Amino acid sequence: MAIEFFNDYLLSALILGSIYALGAIGISMIYAILRFAHFAHGDALSIGAYVALPLVALGVHPVLTIPIAMAVTAVLAIGIDRAFYKPFRKSQPIIMVIASFGVALMIRAAIQLFGGVDDHYYWGIQPPMEALEPFAIAAKHFYIFGSVIALIGATHYLLAYTRTGKAMRAMSDDADLARITGIGTEKIVIWTWIVGAALAAAAGVLLGMDTRIRPDMGWNLLLPMFAAAILGGLGRPYGAIAGGLVIGAMEELSTLVIPGDYKSAVAFAVMVLVLIIRPQGIFKGRVL
Amino acid sequence: MSLLSAKGMTGGYGGMDILTDVEIAVDANEIVVIIGPNGAGKSTAMKAIFGLLTLREGSVTFDGNDITGSAPNRLVPLGMGYVPQERNVFPNLTVRENLEMGAYTRRDDISGSMARVFDLFPPLKDKHKQPAGELSGGQRQMVAFGRALMTEPKLLLLDEPTAGLSPLFMDEIFDRIIAVNKTGVGILMVEQNARQALGVADRGYVLATGRNRFIDTGANLLANHEVAESFLGGGNSEGGGDGD
Repeated sequence: MAIEFFNDYLLSALILGSIYALGAIGISMIYAILRFAHFAHGDALSIGAYVALPLVALGVHPVLTIPIAMAVTAVLAIGIDRAFYKPFRKSQPIIMVIASFGVALMIRAAIQLFGGVDDHYYWGIQPPMEALEPFAIAAKHFYIFGSVIALIGATHYLLAYTRTGKAMRAMSDDADLARITGIGTEKIVIWTWIVGAALAAAAGVLLGMDTRIRPDMGWNLLLPMFAAAILGGLGRPYGAIAGGLVIGAMEELSTLVIPGDYKSAVAFAVMVLVLIIRPQGIFKGRVL
Repeated sequence: MSLLSAKGMTGGYGGMDILTDVEIAVDANEIVVIIGPNGAGKSTAMKAIFGLLTLREGSVTFDGNDITGSAPNRLVPLGMGYVPQERNVFPNLTVRENLEMGAYTRRDDISGSMARVFDLFPPLKDKHKQPAGELSGGQRQMVAFGRALMTEPKLLLLDEPTAGLSPLFMDEIFDRIIAVNKTGVGILMVEQNARQALGVADRGYVLATGRNRFIDTGANLLANHEVAESFLGGGNSEGGGDGD
């Protein structure tokens, strides 16, 4: 019974939750520092997954493509910021939100143009490892969890111990005070894109390792990632990690009591409930 | 030659002038206080000096540099620190991290400055690992001061440092301001507690409706009958709402 629970629910809950967590960190930080809901964040996951695709085809191990996918996506994110968001920096947030919606459509169209509309895979179905019977753990699970732990560890190091990371937290706490303190806020904005986009790209590769690669893979995760960021408290990166794990777990465990087709409604329900009951989220973030 | 010299400052928000031809000067190691009724433009004048408000006319020089319209990330390295009245700490950062952010523009060793801040504000030392948002109002004010002191500034701008504090804490904060000043830091502050502030000030500026009304030493302003009558009375009713 416990083993079945692990195989059928817990394992997938942890994977899904980790992917949400990595995506939600960027959504949360971008909301706090740039003050808008970044609707193209899901598509940053897709970019990451598709950047890895040709490398995997050349024989590079998917795990080793992660840093490359992160770097390429971060550079693209900075370029997109310069071209589409920076001109609106002083406008109302809703204009940035709509701009990001447009960027999301463009990214997806570009992916369909260059990557086609069919599903892609990094590898075939991975059988569970016999040595770990009766647990249905495949090699990919080690790669995914190992990567997640390394990425979250690196993010923690950046935010808690580096000058730039602390300034990012300071700016997401209070952007005006950060400016008064002498922090070069435009530089922190660039770092926010680097970190947010890189983690999203990594999440995209991990999602591709777990399932498949398709043009709308990231867009479909936007809602649960937003739910995770709001649940954790906007502007609170550690909250986003916790929120991602909780949303992932709730979605997977919900299939115990409701049909699996309704899984994605769970994130939506959680988001609405949080906004009504505790809009600042678990970790006391900003109110939407 | 003054450390800070602002001349002919005219400007405001959204096309409306709040300040008209305001002059403010601070010499090295001086405590200078700006008083005046609500809406007189006291905080606005301070923000204009710190580049948070674009002046239509006028100039600001600091330590020999023309800083008119300069952004904080240029002013802070020059040796000017600003403590806003509200929202003046990073609530989710620890006390120590708040102080580190104060030194963001510095690339050298900051441990000496950190030790000095802890000497000035002993309660912060015990709470250095605690998020600043969890501290009491008075202690938050200490964090805010400490943050601004981390660059070893020549001049500290304080916007109503005792606003919202209990009388006990007010005395404490005034004592700390004097102590900071004794370490060689010039102070320019806006204060509602005009009498107490003028008592510690070398010089004072009385603003009303966005213009200079009186400029004199703290003691002379306290002794001035007209100032006492109009600006040090029980409340802020006289002239209140003028510049709003």
